[in-house]
Amino acid sequence: MAMTDIERLPYDVVVIGAGGSGLRAAIEARQAGKKTAIISKSLFGKAHTVMAEGGCAASMGNANPNDNWQVHFRDTMRGGKFLNNWRMAELHAKEAPDRVWELEAWGALFDRTKEGKISQRNFGGHEYPRLAHVGDRTGLEIIRTLQQRVVALQQQDAVEHGDPEAMIKVFAETTVTRLILDAGRIAGAFGYVRGTGQFLLFEAPAVVLATGGIGKSYKVTSNSWEYTGDGHALALLAGASLLNMEFVQLHPTGMIWPPSVKGILVTESVRGDGGVLRNSEGKRFMFNYVPDVFRAQYAETEDEADRWYTDPDHNRRPPELLPRDEVARSINSEVKAGRGTEHGGVFLDIASRRPADYILQRLPSMYHQFKELADVDITKEPMEIGPTCHYVMGGVEVDPDTQAASVPGLYAAGEVSGGMHGSNRLGGNSLSDLLVFGRRAGQAASEHVDSVSGARPAVGQAALDEAVTEALAPLERSGGENPYEVHAALQQLMTDQVGLIRNEGELQSALSELEKLRARVAQVSVEGGRAYNPGWHLAQDLRNMMLVSDCVAQSALERQESRGGHTREDYPEMSPTWRQVNLVCTVRGEDQVALARQPMIPMRGDLLGLFEVNELKKYLTEGELAGVSAGSAAAPEETR
Amino acid sequence: MSYKAALRVWRGDDGQGELADYTVEVNDGEVVLDVLHRLQATQAGDLAIRWNCKAGKCGSCSMEINGRPGLACMTRMSTFEPAETLTITPLRTFPVIRDLVTDVSFNYAKAREIPSFTPDPSIGLGEFRMQQVDVQRSQEFRKCIECYLCQNTCHVIRDHPENEREFAGPRFLMRIAELEMHPADEADRREIAQDDFGLGLCNITKCCTEVCPENIKITDNALIPLKERVVGRKYDPLTWLGSKIGRRPQHDTPAVPARKA
Repeated sequence: MAMTDIERLPYDVVVIGAGGSGLRAAIEARQAGKKTAIISKSLFGKAHTVMAEGGCAASMGNANPNDNWQVHFRDTMRGGKFLNNWRMAELHAKEAPDRVWELEAWGALFDRTKEGKISQRNFGGHEYPRLAHVGDRTGLEIIRTLQQRVVALQQQDAVEHGDPEAMIKVFAETTVTRLILDAGRIAGAFGYVRGTGQFLLFEAPAVVLATGGIGKSYKVTSNSWEYTGDGHALALLAGASLLNMEFVQLHPTGMIWPPSVKGILVTESVRGDGGVLRNSEGKRFMFNYVPDVFRAQYAETEDEADRWYTDPDHNRRPPELLPRDEVARSINSEVKAGRGTEHGGVFLDIASRRPADYILQRLPSMYHQFKELADVDITKEPMEIGPTCHYVMGGVEVDPDTQAASVPGLYAAGEVSGGMHGSNRLGGNSLSDLLVFGRRAGQAASEHVDSVSGARPAVGQAALDEAVTEALAPLERSGGENPYEVHAALQQLMTDQVGLIRNEGELQSALSELEKLRARVAQVSVEGGRAYNPGWHLAQDLRNMMLVSDCVAQSALERQESRGGHTREDYPEMSPTWRQVNLVCTVRGEDQVALARQPMIPMRGDLLGLFEVNELKKYLTEGELAGVSAGSAAAPEETR
Repeated sequence: MSYKAALRVWRGDDGQGELADYTVEVNDGEVVLDVLHRLQATQAGDLAIRWNCKAGKCGSCSMEINGRPGLACMTRMSTFEPAETLTITPLRTFPVIRDLVTDVSFNYAKAREIPSFTPDPSIGLGEFRMQQVDVQRSQEFRKCIECYLCQNTCHVIRDHPENEREFAGPRFLMRIAELEMHPADEADRREIAQDDFGLGLCNITKCCTEVCPENIKITDNALIPLKERVVGRKYDPLTWLGSKIGRRPQHDTPAVPARKA
């Protein structure tokens, strides 16, 4: 293999990422008759979706018949503090039940109710028990089901075409480093096989980004190594825009001890199933932190909160089940006030509240995880937990119905896309997001392929040469920076200065530090060759993490308010005028991030009409409220 | 408390390689994967390791630690003496790609030969009704994280690549059991379990169960019941009679061909 040999692979639809949204998009494209490639940085079936624990939110109404899409929509908008792309939140709430049921037809085995339907559990911010689940390993069930659905389609193709990979093929352990354009339209994707270093060029008019999140820019994170913001960066470099990147979710409950497991997720189901948070004084402190916007929906006493588990119709929810941003900030405040645990967190206690066999049945992986990694028996002792970087609400700016980015032929679904979750995602809304918008992206990408038939964009040699040069650069330098050290420095910087609680001084300092790091990244050199060389792989990923970190820091500096996953200690209030503003990042040249303000599109009248005016007053400006009564009176649009 | 551990790590590719000696710092509470990452970041930047979640949920970091197959992310350093030299090698059953990373494509090929979930096509969205007690058996097998430690350990194929064609290994025999016990599945894979996937080669030594990081009772709950079902079908007089008078199909769902010759 010569250094610059490139294998060319013609496809209709190329899906980058093989987690829930990528596989769902690929299944849809293949079912639409399109020749589909699935590209995965890991082995097939290992993507980050396997780590989702609690469940998949869908208003099937199996546990409480009062649930429906309108209630789910309201919860999602409240959770996102009304900054959500309301059309996405609407589509998500309406379509999630069908997407879950569809998994059942593909072999998924969710836990059941007594009537034999899919069981649904309580979660933070959801008014009714709504999460379809399998113990605390729901993500594994979903990715395995989608993986097995891909295999079933390949088996059909083996019969029809004599080749299981004729119409849908998985390129495992393969990384894409560049999208290639032709006259502003998607023409292909360039990358390399991790095992051999072989360069690949996928020639295709449609690319679906399904690369997940950005957590590996932070030191304490629940995210795996794959989460280096690849899709975010590929979109930026192709000319697309990122939306509201300042919103990064810290999950309130990550493991904190021993240090080597710091950041590993402890599912929200622990709280949904009766677990409570206590400080070092043994006090259930969350009662002190219910914000005004949620005061009406949450219990004021421990008695009322405890009654809610058995009688949710006549009692209000425990404050431990507030949306994640609220709980994470409250934990941070308790620790800062000196009421933290020995290792700087708080206690999550289910041992004193539920019998051991119940805990083992509902939370088997959590039991296993604490027993094996921390010598803690969660049926006997409380867990020590603290916030961990978990999810990015910001992402590629897309059309809400088609997931199309601004570059023709480019789509984004799942965590890499922005808008759906506003400033804060509710637990359980990620798995359903993957399914709903993965399918929509696959559908729209297929339609795009039909629209360009005959005149497909072509990959030019110059763009290809540049991509090769860029990929080889770290191997050709010597004696430069160690990629692992530069990565560690970036993680420390983002955790210290662009973390849970932010202020102007630190954000400005972070931006100038990022500038210095950029110079170091440009000098990264790696030892060894191209075959399965993690140092070389990390060197490629650093470009993406740098771009994304820059977007997060710049957006965080710009937004002078606190909302959801963005807390400014110098601007602690949530501002109705800032709610009308989306922050949009693009890239000029190779690495100059440009930030712009963009007005939020006002919510459709029939959707606004789903809320009480008193609740809207907490979020909307006077001007917007003046239009509400007129808007609510408008005839409701289709309710499918 | 921290100390320096002596590590012998396999470096090389499928053709050639050797154990290389390193001394690496170990801190409180760390697992083998932490130590390998430190080695990678400070001394061997190109050391090939496959890993993802570092939480025992994805099954990527399977390797052999002092000859014992396990997940590097779930093997705590405290289970070894500080003075002990740790020998870390790739999975033995699969070809080495580089260093600690092996080519596990055998498993994906086997997965594709097993006839998929086959429900009654007339059941509409949301209409499945299954009881918890009935889904629970297959749910246990769906806990599988596909780490392939059972495949690596099973003596039918460990050091016997000649058996790989006719033996699917514990993970995929368990997948057949999972589908057979799925309350909504209508296909019958009992004959092919024996004839095409080599169930008969399993002599229930339970090595697979022992290495399973998810503690799935592969042998007791999947393989032995599957063997019973196969025997039940082969020697069931009604099935035999049915096949003679053409009331029951003689053969069940065929295995899916890997690729047209």
